[in-house]
Amino acid sequence: MFSGYTQLSIRILTSLPLPCSPSVPLVATVNLPTPPPYTRQPTETGLTPCLYCQPSRQNRCLAHPATTTCNQQRERLPVLVILRRDLGLPPVSTTLPRRSSRKRKPSSDHSASTGVNPPPRKKVDVSGAQRLKKAALPATPTTLGSTAMDSDDEFSGHSSMEGFEEDAFDSDMSDELVSDMEVDADAGFDSQDKIIKPGRKAYEVDYRVYSPAEIRAYQNDQINDVSRILEQPPEATAILLRHARWSKERLIESYMDNQEQVLEESGLGEDSAGPPRFQQIKGFVCEICCEDEEGMDTFAMKCGHRFCANCYKQYLAQKVKDEGEAAHIKCPGDGCNRIVDSKSVDLLVSTDLKDRYQTLLIRTYVDDKENLKWCPAPNCEYAIDCGVKPRELATVVPTVRCKCSHDWCFGCTLNDHQPAPCRLVRKWLKKCEDDSETANWISAHTKECPKCQSTIEKNGGCNHMTCRKCRHEFCWMCMGHWQEHGNSWYNCNRYEEKSGSEARDAQAKSRQSLERYLHYYNRYANHEQSARLDKDIYLKTEKKMTQLQSSSGMSWIEVQFLEGASQALQQCRQTLKWTYAFAYYLARNNQTEIFEDNQKDLEMAVENLSEMFEKPADQLKDLKGDMMDKTSYCNKRRIILLEVTAERLKQGESHRSDFGTSEANSRAGAWEFNTDLSA
Amino acid sequence: MSLPKRIIKETERLMAEPVPGISAVPHDDNLRYFNVTIDGPSQSPYEGGTFKLELFLPEDYPMTPPKVRFLTKIYHPNIDRLGRICLDVLKANWSPALQIRTILLSIQALLGAPNPDDPLANDVAQRWKEDQNAAIDTAKEWTAKYATA
Repeated sequence: MFSGYTQLSIRILTSLPLPCSPSVPLVATVNLPTPPPYTRQPTETGLTPCLYCQPSRQNRCLAHPATTTCNQQRERLPVLVILRRDLGLPPVSTTLPRRSSRKRKPSSDHSASTGVNPPPRKKVDVSGAQRLKKAALPATPTTLGSTAMDSDDEFSGHSSMEGFEEDAFDSDMSDELVSDMEVDADAGFDSQDKIIKPGRKAYEVDYRVYSPAEIRAYQNDQINDVSRILEQPPEATAILLRHARWSKERLIESYMDNQEQVLEESGLGEDSAGPPRFQQIKGFVCEICCEDEEGMDTFAMKCGHRFCANCYKQYLAQKVKDEGEAAHIKCPGDGCNRIVDSKSVDLLVSTDLKDRYQTLLIRTYVDDKENLKWCPAPNCEYAIDCGVKPRELATVVPTVRCKCSHDWCFGCTLNDHQPAPCRLVRKWLKKCEDDSETANWISAHTKECPKCQSTIEKNGGCNHMTCRKCRHEFCWMCMGHWQEHGNSWYNCNRYEEKSGSEARDAQAKSRQSLERYLHYYNRYANHEQSARLDKDIYLKTEKKMTQLQSSSGMSWIEVQFLEGASQALQQCRQTLKWTYAFAYYLARNNQTEIFEDNQKDLEMAVENLSEMFEKPADQLKDLKGDMMDKTSYCNKRRIILLEVTAERLKQGESHRSDFGTSEANSRAGAWEFNTDLSA
Repeated sequence: MSLPKRIIKETERLMAEPVPGISAVPHDDNLRYFNVTIDGPSQSPYEGGTFKLELFLPEDYPMTPPKVRFLTKIYHPNIDRLGRICLDVLKANWSPALQIRTILLSIQALLGAPNPDDPLANDVAQRWKEDQNAAIDTAKEWTAKYATA
């Protein structure tokens, strides 16, 4: 009944002080999707707004990406409306009559907050909203008063849970609810109507962070699902799924087509023995250790290759511990392809190895799945699920933030390189690797032969150069023909010389491309270095913050602006750095200029903030306001730049075949690159 | 250090019922080290030659494969200048149920069926593919030169 979209037109007041949204109350029209069952504790429900959320961001928060709960629209918007209702307060200006006063059972809102669907309501459209609201309803009235309600004076002092239960709204007052909300909204903020668009910014992508435990649970769910369909035990299903690289549909299809072949190929060949278990067999000699003791435990999987339990254990331990194998451990029997299943491993190995085995399994699981990748940060154990496919990388830069707060690109697992697409980044990095220092040196020490353009280093004192390649003779000073120097062998103290100036022109041209590269490279490298230096300062920031706390009597929360500033600096420099690589490959046109303007604005903002950041601690106190302004300005500039760039990049999608070069791209408003990035 | 039962049994069996054309004798002061000779299989370029190898059973044996190396120079696409052998059962396809005996038989089989498509010695493999007769002639030459006492 609640599946799909619940179309609702609500206009709601909100006045949560959010750093990333204007502090004026918003009136919003939203299409609310049916929310997932809520399980969060009331104290967490959106009342401490997340610093990283964008107001229009619908799905996930960069700070807690693993939870779908840091979702301001769902949490924030409905809060107020319920509050007045649920707290038993009269609506601001209700003109509509109440039809019924049937009390709502307290248990129904309980069920909503614990994730169980509420009992069916009469009207579909509102019950969805109600559920939503109840989910978002915080239980501590004091918190409510302090945050959500400060704009609505009449609520203060009325916040009690008794009121909430007694005067709670009835289940079939749906119409009023909607219209009530409109009335509320219209009461005072007509002029501030603002539409909050659902959806995310152009440069953001959907993703989710998973902990190893979550991945494991997810994997097991998947295994159990398929296990039921195929009627195979879970441990065998796991092997089948791994063989099919976790493509459930493909596995089921091929399994139905040719069960035996699939089993054989996956390493679950025909059974020639009973289920795996320990057994004592009279007169058994282990083929591995040649032991023949009486009463020795032996083990075999369904393939029937029986060895003594000790050898089996040792074999598995060797595979798991030393070789890091898990998903592809084969039966120790010669030529047997049967994969050792997890149940057998559980029977045979010690606890610590079981953990390792499971870890390895999860590792292969993530490696096998295209939409999962491990966070590349050292010692980080989270994985990120992102739906961006490799072929989309030309038009999307899927930057994700792990729970460990490492920003990285899901496409190439390098550090965050917005706004430049992965291919451009790869190309640029390769060029830098090959070129940068060499290019500097070349620029400083060599000239090109005026005739064949080979790069020449002067190795003797004489200015009479002979190009080794084309045998062209020229003067190192004026680059002119040596012949023109004639008998008066040194006359290039005279400035104007025809052939010389032509040669110099040619040289200038070829140098130009080098200079151009160096221009961008130097800025790129500078931001990289500055970011490093800023990071050093960031490490000192903590000290500064304690200093500030003791010297100015500011509280801990009051000095957090320094951390905010530092993070903004890091992030903006990272972006700036890549804008230079991006700009290097851009073809010159109007769009480039807009891009450069945006770049300039961001750069200026960053430099201002960076300068301020270096001031001694005692001055920082007075600069707090200024600094916060500059921080948010920086962030804003960055968002603008990224958004504009990302949107353009997306435009290229429809012209992917001739990505980056054609005129069609420019007509469509997509970026034009001066090189073929697909190469 | 006591020798595992498995190694003792294997050694005993190698001595008691040797494989025709193959001998493996453990070193006096290290029973994990074997001096091995393999006769070149008939109808192969190595026919008539006796090739010396060394074989070592590492600590983890039989969980890890034995280490085997040719001591006699041999012209073979899957055996390099240092005598190292490219053979699946010595690497990924090793199973603890395999034995010295079976490994040596595999090596003998490799002499009878060189596989230039999966080479270790690239130059030899290339020659083998381009001009098999010439390569076989060289192999015969080398056998006569290095592998006959």
